[in-house]
Amino acid sequence: MRVPVSWLTEPVALDEIPSADDLAESLIRVGFEVEDVETLEPVTGPLVVGRVLEIEELTEFKKPIRFCRVDVGSRGSDPTQPQGIVCGATNFAVGDLVVAALPGTTLPGDFSIAGRKTYGRVSDGMICALDELGLGDDHSGILVLPPGTADPGDDAAPLLGLDPAAPEAVLDIAVNPDRGYALSVRGMGREVACAFDAPFGDPASVDQGLPAVSGEAWPVRVEPDSGCRRFAARRVTGLDPTAPTPWWMHRRLLLAGIRPISLAVDVTNYVMLELGQPMHAYDAARVTGDVVVRRARTDEKLTTLDDVSRALDPDDVAVCDDSGPIGLAGVMGGAATEVTDATSDVLLEAATWDPAAVARAARRHKLPSEAARRFERSVDPAVARAATDRAAALLERYGRATVEPGVTDVGPFPEGQESAAAPIRMALDLPDRVAGIAYARGASVRRLVQVGCAVDVPDDGGLAVTPPTWRPDLTRPADLVEEVLRLEGYDVIPSELPVFAGGTGLTLAQRRRRQVSRALADAGYQEVLPSPFTSPSVFDAFGLDADDPRRSAVRLANPLDADRSLVATTLLPGLLDAVVRNVSRGLRDLALFHVGQVARPDRGERSDGKAAWPPGPAPEVGVDARPSDAQIRALLDPLPAQPLRVGAVLTGAWERAGWWGEGRPATWADAVGAARTIAAVYGAELTVTADRHAPWHPGRCAALYVGDVLVGHAGELHPQVLENLGLPPRTCAMELELDRLPVREVLARPEVSPFPPVLLDVALVTPVDVPVAAVQATLTEGGGELLEDVRLFDVYSGAQVGEGRRSLAFALRFRAPDRTLTLDEAAAARDRAVALAGERHGAVLR
Amino acid sequence: MSGTNDSFDPKQVQALAPQTLDAARDEATSAFAAASTLDALTALKPAHLGDRSPVLLARREIGSLPPQAKADAGKRVNEARLAVQAAYDERHAVLLAERDERVLAEEAVDVTLPTDRHPRGSRHPLTQTSERIADVFVAMGWEVAEGPEVESEWFNFDALNFLPDHPARTMQDTFHVEPPEAKQVLRTHTSPVQIRSLLERDLPVYVVCPGRTFRTDELDATHTPVFHQIEGLAVDKGLTMAHLKGTLDAFARAMFGPDSRIRMRPSYFPFTEPSAEPDVWFPQKKGGAGWVEWGGCGMVDPNVLRACGVDPDVYSGFAFGMGLERTLMFRNGLPDMRDMVEGDIRFTSAFAVEP
Repeated sequence: MRVPVSWLTEPVALDEIPSADDLAESLIRVGFEVEDVETLEPVTGPLVVGRVLEIEELTEFKKPIRFCRVDVGSRGSDPTQPQGIVCGATNFAVGDLVVAALPGTTLPGDFSIAGRKTYGRVSDGMICALDELGLGDDHSGILVLPPGTADPGDDAAPLLGLDPAAPEAVLDIAVNPDRGYALSVRGMGREVACAFDAPFGDPASVDQGLPAVSGEAWPVRVEPDSGCRRFAARRVTGLDPTAPTPWWMHRRLLLAGIRPISLAVDVTNYVMLELGQPMHAYDAARVTGDVVVRRARTDEKLTTLDDVSRALDPDDVAVCDDSGPIGLAGVMGGAATEVTDATSDVLLEAATWDPAAVARAARRHKLPSEAARRFERSVDPAVARAATDRAAALLERYGRATVEPGVTDVGPFPEGQESAAAPIRMALDLPDRVAGIAYARGASVRRLVQVGCAVDVPDDGGLAVTPPTWRPDLTRPADLVEEVLRLEGYDVIPSELPVFAGGTGLTLAQRRRRQVSRALADAGYQEVLPSPFTSPSVFDAFGLDADDPRRSAVRLANPLDADRSLVATTLLPGLLDAVVRNVSRGLRDLALFHVGQVARPDRGERSDGKAAWPPGPAPEVGVDARPSDAQIRALLDPLPAQPLRVGAVLTGAWERAGWWGEGRPATWADAVGAARTIAAVYGAELTVTADRHAPWHPGRCAALYVGDVLVGHAGELHPQVLENLGLPPRTCAMELELDRLPVREVLARPEVSPFPPVLLDVALVTPVDVPVAAVQATLTEGGGELLEDVRLFDVYSGAQVGEGRRSLAFALRFRAPDRTLTLDEAAAARDRAVALAGERHGAVLR
Repeated sequence: MSGTNDSFDPKQVQALAPQTLDAARDEATSAFAAASTLDALTALKPAHLGDRSPVLLARREIGSLPPQAKADAGKRVNEARLAVQAAYDERHAVLLAERDERVLAEEAVDVTLPTDRHPRGSRHPLTQTSERIADVFVAMGWEVAEGPEVESEWFNFDALNFLPDHPARTMQDTFHVEPPEAKQVLRTHTSPVQIRSLLERDLPVYVVCPGRTFRTDELDATHTPVFHQIEGLAVDKGLTMAHLKGTLDAFARAMFGPDSRIRMRPSYFPFTEPSAEPDVWFPQKKGGAGWVEWGGCGMVDPNVLRACGVDPDVYSGFAFGMGLERTLMFRNGLPDMRDMVEGDIRFTSAFAVEP
């Protein structure tokens, strides 16, 4: 909310008006975020009020130019003569009061005014528009002051709030959603009073001196399902539709950021800013029949003030007359009954609407109006009558209108019954116990009274607190505690560490995860944190089958980028994006990794056996008590599985070329190596088998298992995928599901035999399509318990071993746990291993 | 070998004559001194110190001397032998030193050659910052809790006292998941993990919840739709706002040094009452030490405790949360959040050690 300091401090009895910065500081201290303090730039020199005496239209130019003779009292270049000033605006007439910057004036923006020759005339000054005075950005015409605002020759700076001695400042205050009352001078002024411990005069309590109430202002019926709490109305007749808005009101509206329109509209806006009650002014002559407040009906339409025809929703609350809806309650009035420049009979409405209903309507119709902003944050239901009277009195005074004696005040919560809530019972020392401090005796009561509560001290020693009608946010002791704490100041709360020593540190899974990222960084990988948002086209580029489960992704209803509406089911798209970006920046040797969740709607089933995705309507679960286990399951079951994964991509050189020799490109083997590095962190041995799994190269793709559990894939990516995605040739990747790796607190006990080993090598010739891992596994099995280690140390293929065959050379290490192994024993074990390899794989000793 | 010497004058045995021995010694000494390499020296050794060298041949003759002459002759032969050996050793040492020096000189390399055959890796500074913060709290006895990113609205909003249609729901611009009636969102904060923790764990609960969070902000220098938070939750008997302040003070000191501390401004969050926004005193602030806005905090709203089955008349709690990107930005003077999400390796590489 934007509010000029002079207005904000009006209801507060301050000994001295604080500086705008001090005021801002104090408001921040009691909980209001002052986003901006804008001090108006003062004007120096002869900025004066002038009256236009003559207008001479100069027609020889492309645009209309006026040469004016302006009465500036005795302030002119010749004190006895009117001032001659050239002006390009046309929104004024002879007799109007204007603001003239005479030569020697410096306007905001260091704009110095001097007499000069222009358009063939001597212009001794400038007639000012609002923006030239630093009062907003309106440059649609010059500022015309209402008649009687001042006399020609008067200093204009104090009138405009541009006096260098007392420059006006405007505070821009962000109001949190629980404090609707503070969106007004009345509410924020009270906060200023609290912050400065100064007396506060409630502007809603000012007697407007109106005639005694008698009869109805208008027949109004409020239907119960409308959610309308109160509907107050008052009528003024005989309004002079040409009466201008007084300058002081005009100026305050301007500084508050509201465009002045006409007296009737300006008055309703002014009262909204002053008292926090959004109002509506109807042209009473255009309202036909009784007013009914009700839910809109299907197929009803309303053309709102902004001339947009809107189809109403049955959830909308409408103000209707015989013609149908004439206003969207709490959001915007209708065009058909709008006040015009011919309106003399005005019906003023001040209603209290259901906050949630207004919030829904404003969102539904995309109409975030000033009124809706206040209603959805709650408006004081007790201020409605004060608002109608204040508005009527202003129209009477400035619009020469007659205030009719009739008053309508209907709805379930009329005058005096706005708050039916029982007092809140609070232990006297609760604020002290929450803050962890002993406040001065009486501090709590004093602060609660200061914010407007009625406080009783019943015999039981506690407090019985009745919050004021404008504070619907105060419903519980905790809410009252906050009022005491914030006004006493958070800075007096001491600093004390809680004593707690029950923790057991990071879980093993958490420690393993940290180790994974350290191990990969130690191995030369850079961690990146790509966004999970991805596009279905990536899955096409990956060459995934139409029914590949990875295509079944969580879809966002409101993505930022329509092309990236999916939540990734694999880490690879994000990592490959990062590769593309780095390569485009000339960084070609890359080893990247990412540890993150993926969302897999395809996984799992609900506990009732139904498919988890797409999820049905969410269960209705309350918040008054802990949900039942069944309710918790019903909330959790429909969520997609979200396993934690690690992915890595490699491209370019794994080892660089240099003075030491050739570089070595990253290969599929490095990708598998990364997976082994990770498995090693978990103390798990990976089993590798050949696989065909997009987006990997069908001949260079390893499926990674721990035991029987598939944990991931690694290898070189498919050349077509690389081409589709604009990736460098031979880019390799690995993705592994960390949640599938075993987290073992205690690893298997190692056997460490102190006896000497027997080392034997074997070279086996096998068909090339027999995987090394299979041969090795067979040797391990055949070698039995004496075989401590098997390691492949050479692979040879060539004429000597024959077409379609290769020779695999293994180093075998035999050892007994309890004795020195003899060569014969080891050789026998080796022979068994070789025999089994022969049987299984057709391996023959070379 | 000569026959028995019947003369008792040792000087009469030619080989044992002092002049002969001196000549042999001198010849050996000068030959050794002239040797210019270890190999040449080694080649000379048999001639002057070998079994058939003059001095050693002379020693054989001693046996044929009469007893009274043996001592004298033996002494002279021994002196000559030792002198030759010393000459050899001396020259050997010199040549060895020369060789070593030459070899080391030959083996010299340009130690300024690059050694970056295999590039170094590093972890993202956000990960490291997150772990650093978690460690601060683990050291205070807290535990680390985690949860999923696609979350039920009940956990993300309802249980956190965001009422339906309340404007607070629109304070956090939310990514909604299809279909809307399933009421799933990308979590807008890590607070749903607090709810999960209260539902799953026994009291008291002291947890920090780090994680990735989402809001519909366009990516620019100070906003990113995907960001990271760390939140803390303590629920115990007798916890006060003073405990909240003390915890945040300790946290600030751990992160920003012993002079750092917290001040709190009243604020509003649906899930805390009272609520506050902490400012942290940041001694290394650009342009001089000063206060920096640092997240949100407050006493856990009784409605939140109730929704999790915790009796607010018995237990109280406090909670706080910070954005990691923002923390890293001001702590390390990083001007642009985009660097953190784009994955340019030049950015990550700069954080090979904890930022």
